[in-house]
Amino acid sequence: MIKFEKFTLDNGLRVLVHEDKSTPMAVVNVMYDVGARDEDPGKTGFAHLFEHLMFGGSINIPSYDEPLQVAGGENNAYTTNDLTNYYCQLPAENVETAFWLESDRMLSLAFSKKSLEVQRKVVSEEFKEHYINKPYGDVWHKLREVVYTSHPYRWMTIGKELKHVEDATLEDVKSFFHKHYTPSNAILVVAGNVELAQVKELAEKWFGPIPAGEKYRRNIPQEPPQTAPRFLEVKADVPLDALYKCWHIYPRVDDRYYTADLMADVLSGGGSSRLYQSLVKEQKLFSNIECYHMGSIDAGIMVIEGKLVKGIDIKLADEAVKKELQLLQEQGITTNELQKVKNKTESAMAFEDMSVMNRAQSLANYELLGDADLINSELGKYQAVTAADILEQSKIIFSENNCTTMYYRALN
Amino acid sequence: MNRKEAPVIIDAVDFKLNLKPYEYFTLDNGVPVYTIDAGAQEVVQIEWVFYAGNWNEEKRGLAGATNFMLKNGTTHRTAFQINEDFEYYGAYSNRACYNETATVTLHTLSKHLDKLLPVVNDMLTNATFPEEELEIFKQNSKQRLKVNLQKCEFVAGRLIDAYVYGEDHPYGKYTHLEDLDGLTTDLMRSFYKKYYLNGQCAIFVSGKLPSDIQQQLNEQFGKLSITKPSFKNTLIQPAPSEQKKYRIENDPKAVQGAIRLAAEFPNRHHADFKKVMVLNNIFGGFFGSRLMSNIREDKGYTYGIHSYIQNHIQQSAWLVSTEAGKDVCDATLEEIYKEMKTLREQPVDEEELSLVRNYMMGSILGDLDGPFQIMAKWKNIILNNLDEKYFYESVDAIRNTSAEELQALAQKYLQPENFYELIVY
Repeated sequence: MIKFEKFTLDNGLRVLVHEDKSTPMAVVNVMYDVGARDEDPGKTGFAHLFEHLMFGGSINIPSYDEPLQVAGGENNAYTTNDLTNYYCQLPAENVETAFWLESDRMLSLAFSKKSLEVQRKVVSEEFKEHYINKPYGDVWHKLREVVYTSHPYRWMTIGKELKHVEDATLEDVKSFFHKHYTPSNAILVVAGNVELAQVKELAEKWFGPIPAGEKYRRNIPQEPPQTAPRFLEVKADVPLDALYKCWHIYPRVDDRYYTADLMADVLSGGGSSRLYQSLVKEQKLFSNIECYHMGSIDAGIMVIEGKLVKGIDIKLADEAVKKELQLLQEQGITTNELQKVKNKTESAMAFEDMSVMNRAQSLANYELLGDADLINSELGKYQAVTAADILEQSKIIFSENNCTTMYYRALN
Repeated sequence: MNRKEAPVIIDAVDFKLNLKPYEYFTLDNGVPVYTIDAGAQEVVQIEWVFYAGNWNEEKRGLAGATNFMLKNGTTHRTAFQINEDFEYYGAYSNRACYNETATVTLHTLSKHLDKLLPVVNDMLTNATFPEEELEIFKQNSKQRLKVNLQKCEFVAGRLIDAYVYGEDHPYGKYTHLEDLDGLTTDLMRSFYKKYYLNGQCAIFVSGKLPSDIQQQLNEQFGKLSITKPSFKNTLIQPAPSEQKKYRIENDPKAVQGAIRLAAEFPNRHHADFKKVMVLNNIFGGFFGSRLMSNIREDKGYTYGIHSYIQNHIQQSAWLVSTEAGKDVCDATLEEIYKEMKTLREQPVDEEELSLVRNYMMGSILGDLDGPFQIMAKWKNIILNNLDEKYFYESVDAIRNTSAEELQALAQKYLQPENFYELIVY
């Protein structure tokens, strides 16, 4: 049971407090409800580029990092298709430094030209390092564009192309800030060796005076149901053929999400899971194979991806995957399998909750989904999933018409 | 309220840092067990550390393969059954092979521990190394290696170690595709017999521990023929390369180069070690370091650049590592050497030094969050044949190393001619 308190400032900023007196540290986590899905299709990669610019100085404070480091703190941030999260950890006695820094950059950035110029380059190098200079690095650029026809999950967080990042202007930066970085679009979580009353006072003092700004209303195209199989084939200079298959699933807050999540674990939750045992160990068609889903807030996708054993025909491997799915659709899962994936979920949650930092981020995530209480009630939702639910969903999710397949073939 | 003015802070250097002591007991066979009982979650982590690293192998890849295959079949269980037994309870069991040591770890909810220790016992006493499992392992390892060999950073990481220590040294050698072909189940069985069945072992336990933990461990592992470690390995002399500068073309389409610099550096017992950790932080050890501020935050040549001392027991090396745009690799090297020069020629000013001291203290304080992290610190101390003095002297070094000392250390170690220099395109 993770205890927390919640209150909202007049400007709309939601604040969650989780006290844990066993640590000498405090965690301050600010999550903004903006991600790559909120980008203009002609200016992709912007939410992430913007995250970099949040460290380029704010209206009253020339550097974010230095004062935090002087206070003994560490920080980082990440952007996904759904959200942008900034977190720092520092000795609890110095927690006010984090309030000072985070509130100033919520108030206004410095909008430095130099920072934009440098970070455009840094992000370009990040793009190259992760998506160009790596075998199979372009898979998701290609695949997302086929799996999604309308929803902005069509592009990756890093952006659709380098050029979009290279072309970003200071005007773009300013308008993005005013549109998305408002108190009502943010969630502040303070956790660790802190007191509720102290957090209330500090939140009022530092974040209270920030103008509410205009509330951003998300209005993005939703993905229409897929009605026919999709297929693409790529040839690239990689050593091994790889198979990718994707199916649309449910939004994060849909009850069927939990069924889909457990189903992925039945198929590939470890060395005793179905796909690994059958396709890697027994049939020796793949050198590795996994099934996972993207966990996105809007309806996401379930993925099976694997690298083939050299010399195996990719069509044959594809058929073998289909056969495993068919088996699931016809026979469902055993009581033993269901208990196993539930036990795994229980265990994974307990390990995840070990660090204050993780608890703070989980609280922010759940609050963004609409209900921070989910942090304590979600295990119950997993426990409620039945074998019949999984059987039913296996037929719906793994239907041919809901599937996109990619053959990523090695040139030689 | 003045937003331009920072709130008053307590200097992190004034914090009292305590490393929670471990509990210690030995099993009937003398094997030492170190425990940290802490935390709110009902979870436990156990690590069995064997002196079965690649230090001991006669054939490249043998130690790693033997360690991997501990989980692939015993006289009582197939590979599938071993996995099933762990996974049914939501537990994870991993294994890993390092230079001196090789480990088996177990992560589980505390309530399931009694059902899982017998499975670990089975792996450590009855592993069979089936022929078919080895064939799958070889094939999949070769495939994975082929993919990795396309990555410049992977190739660079292997080569730089080979230059510093020599390709025959445990710290410098790396697996070739043909090494995997030469592995046999016979070789693995005899390695297993010598270094696991009759090997040296230490056990590290952390988390919320059941009250009968001592009894449970003794029952499962106290009767085995394993013995307590001497914490010493035979010394193997490195054979560093003569040539210092290398340019390797690995991928004709590469848009970035993987840059690695490395120079020999003594181990943790050397008097300079703790002070150099401070110097390293200033140089390239954290986000606010000189390398990062200059090469990423000012020039935008890279997504990240880091310097670090390798975590080796016998002998170490000081490394700089980055991936930079192909057209700015040379400019990046120039800036790295320029930063070394500045550290040699100018003392670090008080403001920067105090920032780094505070940052490092805060970072240690944050690192001690939870039983697993505390045990990780202890394990490093114990395996390096050190004691708690090392921890407290490190803290002293953070507080007290002077700008003059840092400059002298830079003059001693940050000399370009000491460094191997490699770019893999």
